[in-house]
Amino acid sequence: MKKGYPRFFLLPGLLLLIAIIIFPLLFTIRVTFSSWNVSQSGLNFIGGENWGEMVRDTRYWSSLLRLFYLSFLTVAIQYVLGFAIALFAWKGIAARRFYRVLWLIPMMTTPSLMAIIWRSIFTEDIGALNGLLTRVGLDPVNWLTESGPANVAITIAEVWQWTPFMFLILLAGLLSLPKEPFMAAAIDGASAWKTFARVTFPMMAPISIGAIMIRLIDASKIFDSVFTLTRGGPGNATETPAAYIFQRSLQDFQIAYGSTLALMYLILAILTLTIIGKVFARLSKPRGI
Amino acid sequence: MFTKKVKTLLAIALPIALAASVVVIAPASAGGTLTRTPGQEVSYAAYGAEYANVATTADGDDACSWYETSKKDYSGKTLRVLTHAIPNMGKPTALHAKQFEELTGGKVEVEHVSFGDLYAKQLRSYQTDTNQYDVVFNGSYQIGDFHSYYAKVPDSVTKGKGSLATLTPLYKELYKWDGETKLFGIDADRHFLKYRTDVYENAAAKAFYKSKTGKELAPPKTWKEYNLHAKTFNGYKAAGQPAGLKFSGTTEITQKGGLMFGAFIDRVAPYAKNPNVKGGFWFDENMVPQVNNPGFVAGLTDFIEATKYMPVGGKNFDLSKEIESFGRGDSLLSYTWDDAWSKSNEPTSPIKNKVKAAPLPGAEKVWNRVTKKWDTPKGGVNYAPYIAWGWSSAVTAASPAKAMAFDYLCFWANKANHKLDLTIGDMGVNPSRTEDFTSDFWVKEMNWGKPAVDSWLGTMQNYEKNTNRVFDLRVPGVSDYMTAMENAVAKALAGQATPQKALDEAAKEWKAITKRVGITKVKSAYQNVIALEDNIS
Repeated sequence: MKKGYPRFFLLPGLLLLIAIIIFPLLFTIRVTFSSWNVSQSGLNFIGGENWGEMVRDTRYWSSLLRLFYLSFLTVAIQYVLGFAIALFAWKGIAARRFYRVLWLIPMMTTPSLMAIIWRSIFTEDIGALNGLLTRVGLDPVNWLTESGPANVAITIAEVWQWTPFMFLILLAGLLSLPKEPFMAAAIDGASAWKTFARVTFPMMAPISIGAIMIRLIDASKIFDSVFTLTRGGPGNATETPAAYIFQRSLQDFQIAYGSTLALMYLILAILTLTIIGKVFARLSKPRGI
Repeated sequence: MFTKKVKTLLAIALPIALAASVVVIAPASAGGTLTRTPGQEVSYAAYGAEYANVATTADGDDACSWYETSKKDYSGKTLRVLTHAIPNMGKPTALHAKQFEELTGGKVEVEHVSFGDLYAKQLRSYQTDTNQYDVVFNGSYQIGDFHSYYAKVPDSVTKGKGSLATLTPLYKELYKWDGETKLFGIDADRHFLKYRTDVYENAAAKAFYKSKTGKELAPPKTWKEYNLHAKTFNGYKAAGQPAGLKFSGTTEITQKGGLMFGAFIDRVAPYAKNPNVKGGFWFDENMVPQVNNPGFVAGLTDFIEATKYMPVGGKNFDLSKEIESFGRGDSLLSYTWDDAWSKSNEPTSPIKNKVKAAPLPGAEKVWNRVTKKWDTPKGGVNYAPYIAWGWSSAVTAASPAKAMAFDYLCFWANKANHKLDLTIGDMGVNPSRTEDFTSDFWVKEMNWGKPAVDSWLGTMQNYEKNTNRVFDLRVPGVSDYMTAMENAVAKALAGQATPQKALDEAAKEWKAITKRVGITKVKSAYQNVIALEDNIS
């Protein structure tokens, strides 16, 4: 009795886990073997039909490929910009506190609201950006109706919104670095670039990996900007898995098929991010140790 | 003795008569705070600055007039309403909810959601048996999915002095399912052509067109002509063009998810709806999808070509953008719903009295799915107007407050409210009743130009009589079918697939949807559509 007593205290947490993670997950798995759709609700059994359909669904796989490109590209840009701004804010600049708050504003704004603002900027007929381009004598760009510019528009919106997150994490990392290695580098006469390349960047590697991983996890769910800016268009040129799953599940009401897509999406995300995490961990290990 | 008797009689009768007269002449106010008298002027002015310039009208004598509604007492009762976002349909729903509350003392909770969510939220409520709404608003084409969840509209509404008694015969049929009225018809839509008279009735523009094409200029009779006009006048300096605004050929709905499927149906209908082929426009007798037949492909090919003559951003226009763009004077031509027409006739419109209406263009050939050949239409042009879905509403069968719900809808659509709602462009209410089709109302009360009004009313009356019409695919899963079709069209418009390849993908998807929903179920529901298409009463 005494032995089991402490376990009793785990029960509330376990029940919560079952209620909000384990049950929904098991239920979703069960739903994928049914034909729950707009006109047939409930859990009948149709075997692996939805899984077979998913394998043949080229639109789904294209959206996954697009997601890889979008998430890696946006996170890479966010990292570079975030690091640059963090370095800028790290070194004593005038009104440092003011800038720190200013740079955080995009991240504190509701993503869907931000996407609406970006849409009003990119809107081709009355948008601010095309207005600006025509004022300086350039042709308006089809920001939302041509594949290339539409992807650029989404990238800009994503980078703008989430670079502050990188900035915040990396600035915290920079502020926590020990002073001694920098002093040693200064005594050795290292240039600013060498100090960055040999001291700052390597020491920031673990923090960078953490920040990149968190952002990659978040970026793998890109939805707000895509849905608001382009609805996945033109055609399917900017459609991400989240947007596609949303359409199948909640607009077409193909609950079973949408669940199948979502489950596969989850499996792939876990696998991919685990592999990336391992690769990063190996890369960040100091050599020769 | 006699005097005493008379006195006693008078003593009893007078107070009764007095009380009775008070009941008859006193303003009615059963449960609400607002009192009304018969025929009293109805004005929206008290409901916000946006209604300050809206006309006023006398209360009607219908069963759900303001006066009759004020006699009801719904104190302590609540109605849950699901409607579209403001303004289109959301605005009148909220306005009439407030008025209904003031008149009856009841509470009306209105939930505004996007168009996609209207469908999803309803479905979720029905499939999970949670019964979240008493009144729902929807697109009438969704009747195939929802009819079993809706309560039958009482005869008191559809007959006699009911709000829907004067709906035109076509729309009375559209709101029925298997002979029963299931939808509360608050609107009626059809797609038609809108064209700028400062070009089509302008001598210089006519001469310009002749010099460019060698042809006489008249409103386009075919979609090929439509595209030619759009191309010729794209960038032209129209006589009445608002200053600083570039003139384009055409404004259309092109955005996936922005009701673009409606525009696509307009363009393919005359190529694919053959008056000599009965038994199905969307499917053949064996439920083989027709969405990729050469008629559909021809319509899509024209649609793609037209994107070259659209205003900047025109390849991403949803319905609201189409309304805004044509309404401000961006282009020569437009089509689809009535709203852009209303917008261009508003007092502040820069193109007021410069727009006329005409039936949708036709096609110089029409596909025969039986002979697998193109037919040459009688008279040279095949017309096949799309009688597009409009806004409708319903009371849910599981609602515990059906009487209150029907009273609310009946009030919503009473004669006075209907008349005033018609005058406000963004309400989403369009002519649907016989009395709406008289030019007097529009010319005298709305101050619209008579030639324009005549062209518009003539077009709508033409549609009432036309026997080669296309209707929505009112079957279970209609949203899936339309989404699949729209997705294919979007791919073709974006140049990601040829029209044939894109529509082949749609046909494949349609087969999968039919299989998923159940071929028997879809086929059975489709018979209701065929009855409309083939004019089987």
